[in-house]
Amino acid sequence: MNVKENTPVALKVEHLHKSFILPHERHTGIKQYLINIFKKKKGYEHQRVLKDVSFNVSQGDFFGIVGRNGSGKSTLLKLLAGIYTPGSGNIEVNGTLVPFIELGVGFNPELTGRENIFLNGALLGFSRKEMQQKYDSIVEFSELERFMDQKLKNYSSGMQVRLAFSIAIRAKGDILLLDEVLAVGDAAFQQKCFDYFEQLKKDKKTVILVTHDMSAVKRFCNKAILIENGEIKRSGTPEDVADQYLLDNVDTSHASGQTKQGNKKLESTVKDITFNMKSAKRLKNTDTLDFTIAYQLNNDIKPVLGYSISKNGMSVVEMNTKDSKLSSDIQVKHKVAHTLKLHSLNPGAYKIDIAIFNDDMSLQGHVLSAGQFVIEGNDRTRGGFIYADGVWDPNVNQ
Amino acid sequence: MKPSLMKISNIISRKNRILLRELVVTEFKLRYQDSVLGFLWSLLKPLLMFAILYFVFGQLLRIGSDIEHYAVYLLLGIVLWNFFVEATSQGLSAIVARGDLIRKINFPKYIIVVSGTISALINLGINLVVIGVFMAINGVDLLATAPLVILPILLLYVLSLAIAFFLSAANVKYRDVGHIWDIVIQAAFYATPILYPISMVLERSATIGHILMLSPVAQAIQDARYLLITHQTVTSSQLFSGRWYMWIIPYVITAVIVVAASIYFRKSSKYFAENV
Repeated sequence: MNVKENTPVALKVEHLHKSFILPHERHTGIKQYLINIFKKKKGYEHQRVLKDVSFNVSQGDFFGIVGRNGSGKSTLLKLLAGIYTPGSGNIEVNGTLVPFIELGVGFNPELTGRENIFLNGALLGFSRKEMQQKYDSIVEFSELERFMDQKLKNYSSGMQVRLAFSIAIRAKGDILLLDEVLAVGDAAFQQKCFDYFEQLKKDKKTVILVTHDMSAVKRFCNKAILIENGEIKRSGTPEDVADQYLLDNVDTSHASGQTKQGNKKLESTVKDITFNMKSAKRLKNTDTLDFTIAYQLNNDIKPVLGYSISKNGMSVVEMNTKDSKLSSDIQVKHKVAHTLKLHSLNPGAYKIDIAIFNDDMSLQGHVLSAGQFVIEGNDRTRGGFIYADGVWDPNVNQ
Repeated sequence: MKPSLMKISNIISRKNRILLRELVVTEFKLRYQDSVLGFLWSLLKPLLMFAILYFVFGQLLRIGSDIEHYAVYLLLGIVLWNFFVEATSQGLSAIVARGDLIRKINFPKYIIVVSGTISALINLGINLVVIGVFMAINGVDLLATAPLVILPILLLYVLSLAIAFFLSAANVKYRDVGHIWDIVIQAAFYATPILYPISMVLERSATIGHILMLSPVAQAIQDARYLLITHQTVTSSQLFSGRWYMWIIPYVITAVIVVAASIYFRKSSKYFAENV
């Protein structure tokens, strides 16, 4: 990381450790406590959630923290927000830090929308007067003028989120701590969130964003860290961190997805079919994807091999040997190699399924999630499955 | 991060004052929501309880006939006791009840406990006005010592707050505390000279009478009665006059509870978010 030395540090975390005491059974009663003493049993164990975490956030950074569920990123967030006390290590915050672990903290269903705005504001550290100044713009942004004197319990959940979010974006702090929960809600609301993030970025606000959404990381952040098992696994550019995260997830979904055998289903005609990845798992779209498919048959059929590459559950590429006029050749060899140029695929995590058919295209066997790979980088387009060479022409008539 | 709890400068800091105010107002609004009589219940409850107790103890059992203005004397005792019970039990559940909040935002935890006791204090204020009215009806002479009644009430508040701090923190760890406190309160009610004059106990057993008067709650209630209603009241300073080491015991108990509760609360409040 090439941190510019002249930018002041907004947040400094040094050798942060945190462990929790996990009770084996419910340990919230004196009875259980006495039983445990009697049995000479330790009723708890220590779980180390964060191990020696250190990083710096400079002023104006849009800093991403990514990691899987249970990696310790929520604990880190709560430590930064001062909700938890560090086991050891140091957190240094320069300026006021406004955390949004959840929207609408302290909202009370029995109070009116108006009363909740002031209560929530007080919890965030704003006086009644300050909130009065913000009140009109909060109500306006939430588009809930008509409901302000109704109790919150009569609001739909969408309305509650809207109100909470409207308060949140009026909060002024030097450092904003945003949890991914901000990005829940319908598409229109998500768009509002993203517009808000965009605005924060433009205003050079210091923001720490915790999320699962790698496209958001690539889009907004200028620095990021990946947390795994309570340690920083990778830190650097958002592209680098996001790609590592995608790759890790691909690997583990493979490992936890009952391995290759579990996803394999064969008819009696096929004895076995195996997939072998030849290329690396992290690829660029200038690379090629190389793999082999081998099979053994029980019956004398004319096999057709096929594969499909999918992203987010949607099939992007599908090919088979019959369409490629290869059927008769592979019957002899029982193994075939395949090469695919990746230039038209956009960055992201991909999954490969393979299948074997009879000549009449009836399915004889398949392996789901036989292989995975990640295409790195975000240099070409923002979204979409494929990159297409459309041509723009400014010289049109009229 | 310096431990900032209990620092005077922090208690009166603007931000915390705002939050405290907002929490007290909210609590008050919510308490009598959807009830027809609303906050009148704050008045009616002690009055009705007083009516029952006065009927049973004053009229049927003829206790306290030797004390002038026994009805007001009894009412003041009940009101102060109710304040003690309300402040401590509100405090007891304060942290656990706001667990949701504590897990999501960082703010000084003592504010929640204080806000619970302040609602109790507001109720006490309302009830003291009622007592003023009763005093007028009963023809109680306004004693020169009456303004001093603020002192035992203040002492009782400090004690209640300290107990509330201790119980709220202990309740996070062991939820049994609530049940235990219910029983303690029940026993303490009968061990405190509220319904009966302490002179009744002293006649039968001087030792037990003296022991009962060591309680800071008994001391505060008796002092308040002495200052506000009748100088016939037996106070602990009279009872232990000449024996300063006995006389200071109620104050020492309060002081010890305040110090111990502050230390305990301060230590455990750091971990409320993970334990609650």
